[in-house]
Amino acid sequence: MRLTLREVLLGVRRSPLLSTLSVVTIAFSLFAFGLFGLLALNVDRALRGVEEHVEIVAFLADGTLPESISAAMGDISAFPEVAHVDQVSPEQALARARAELPEFQDVFDASFLPPSIEVRLKEGHRDPATVKDVTQRIQSYPFVDDVRYGEDWVKKLYDIRNIAGAAGLALGLLFAAVAVIIIGTTIRMTVLARAREISIMRLVGATDSFVRRPFLIDGFLKGLVGGLLALLLTWGANAVISQNLIQTTFFDPGTAMLGVIGGSIIGVLGSALSVGRHLRRV
Amino acid sequence: MIRFSHVVKEYPRTGLALQDVTFRVNKGEFAFLTGPSGAGKSTILRLVIAEETPTSGEVRVSGSLTTGMPRAQIPRLRRRIGVVFQDFRLLEDRTAEENVAFALEVTGAPRDAIPARVSRLLTQVGLASKGTSYPKELSGGEQQRVAIARALVNDPVLLVADEPTGNLDDRATRGVFQLLRDINAAGTAVVMATHNLELVKRNSYRVIEVNRGQLVFDSAEGTGGAATVTSSTPA
Repeated sequence: MRLTLREVLLGVRRSPLLSTLSVVTIAFSLFAFGLFGLLALNVDRALRGVEEHVEIVAFLADGTLPESISAAMGDISAFPEVAHVDQVSPEQALARARAELPEFQDVFDASFLPPSIEVRLKEGHRDPATVKDVTQRIQSYPFVDDVRYGEDWVKKLYDIRNIAGAAGLALGLLFAAVAVIIIGTTIRMTVLARAREISIMRLVGATDSFVRRPFLIDGFLKGLVGGLLALLLTWGANAVISQNLIQTTFFDPGTAMLGVIGGSIIGVLGSALSVGRHLRRV
Repeated sequence: MIRFSHVVKEYPRTGLALQDVTFRVNKGEFAFLTGPSGAGKSTILRLVIAEETPTSGEVRVSGSLTTGMPRAQIPRLRRRIGVVFQDFRLLEDRTAEENVAFALEVTGAPRDAIPARVSRLLTQVGLASKGTSYPKELSGGEQQRVAIARALVNDPVLLVADEPTGNLDDRATRGVFQLLRDINAAGTAVVMATHNLELVKRNSYRVIEVNRGQLVFDSAEGTGGAATVTSSTPA
C-alpha cells in the first residue's frame, strides 16, 4: 500500500498540470451535472407544490344530518389515499368566496351555498386515476349531490409531471454520460503519459493488479476532489441564484454526499477502464 | 531453457514474421541471435518473454508453455527472465538505484532486503558509485549497465538482450558484453540479438541466424552455413 501511494504521489508530482486538469475537468463535468440536478430538483419541488392543491370537493344535499356528515367524513378519512378531510359550512364557503372573489363582496346570505366536504389526497395518490376512483367512492353517498375535482387540471398537471420526469431522466443520463466520457478521456491521458512506466512494470514481472492499483487510487482521489469542488461550485451557484433571482432549494446533505461519492466512483471506473484497455494492448 | 517447435508467427497487417522456426537453447548457454533488420529476431525475443504468442507451433520457456498461457501467469514467467533493450528503457525521473529497486518493489520483494540487493547489483555491474545518478547523468554504457542490473533483480535463469550494444561505442560495447559473459559464466543462459558481427566473430558462442522469418543457420546444428553469418553487414 505504501508503494502504491508513493506511485500515486509520484504521478501527481511528475505531471502536476495533467493532474490539475483532470481534477478541474471532473469538477466542471460534475458541476454541469449538479446544476442540472439543481434545476430538476427545483422544478420537481414546484410541481409538487402545485400538486398539493389537488382537492376533491363533495357538495352535500340541503338538510343532510350532521351525524351522516360526520360518519361519512370518518369513512373517507379511513381511505388509504386520503390525507385530510374538512367540512365546509355555507358560511365558511361564503367567507372564503368574499375573501377571494370581489364579486362576492356584497353578498351576505350564505343560504344559497351548499355545505361541502373537502378531501386532500396523500402524496403519490394524486394521479388522475386515483383521484377519479376516490371521487366515485365519495359520490356513492346518497346525500352527496355533486363531486368536483378539476378533472382537466389534474390530468394536465399529471402530464406535465410525467413529461418533466422523463425529460429530466433523459437529460440527466445524457449529462452523466457526457461527464463519464470527458472524465474517462482525461484519465486516459494520465494513463498514456505513464505508458512507458507501465510497459517497464510489466516487463519486470508486475501483475496487472499491481499496475492497476495506483491508477485506481489516483482516479478515486481525483474524483473525490473533483466531486467536492463541483459541490462547492453548485452550492455557490445556488446561493447566487437564491439571492438574486428566485428562492431555490439546495440538495439535502445525503444527496450532496451521493454526488461526491458518484464523482469518486466515476474516477475509479474511468481509471479501471482506461488502464484495463491499455493493459490489454501491452 | 528455450524451446521453439515449428513456430509460425503471422501479423494481420504485416504478414509472416516467422516461418517454421525450431531451435533450442539450453540451461546456462550463451547464444547470439543474428540476422538483418526485419529478419524476425525481435519477434523471437517477444515470443520468449510472452509478449506475443505464436500463430502456430510451440514456445516453451523455462519449462512453461507460453502458448495459451493465462495472462495472470505471465508475470511469474517474466520474473524468471531478465530483459535488456537497445534503448535501455529506464525511468528518467528515478535514479539508478531507484530504477533497480523499482523492479524489486513491483515483484513484491521484502522492503528491508531491497537496499542491500540494489547495492550488490550495482556493484556487480560496476556502478557502485553511480547509484544516485539519474539516467541522463549517465553515459549510454552506464545506462545499459543499470538496465542489466535491473534485469538481474530476480536472479533470472535466462537473460534476453535485444541489441544491447546497438547504441553504444566500441568501448562501452566491450564493457557491456563482458558483463553479459560474466552473468553467463555465473550460470544464467543469455540470448543476445545483435547486428554486431565483429562481436559475434570474435567470440566462439553459439550463433542462431534468422533471415526473412526463417532460421537459416544454427552453429549448434551446423545447418545452413557460417558464410551466411559472415556475409551479413555489421551495424
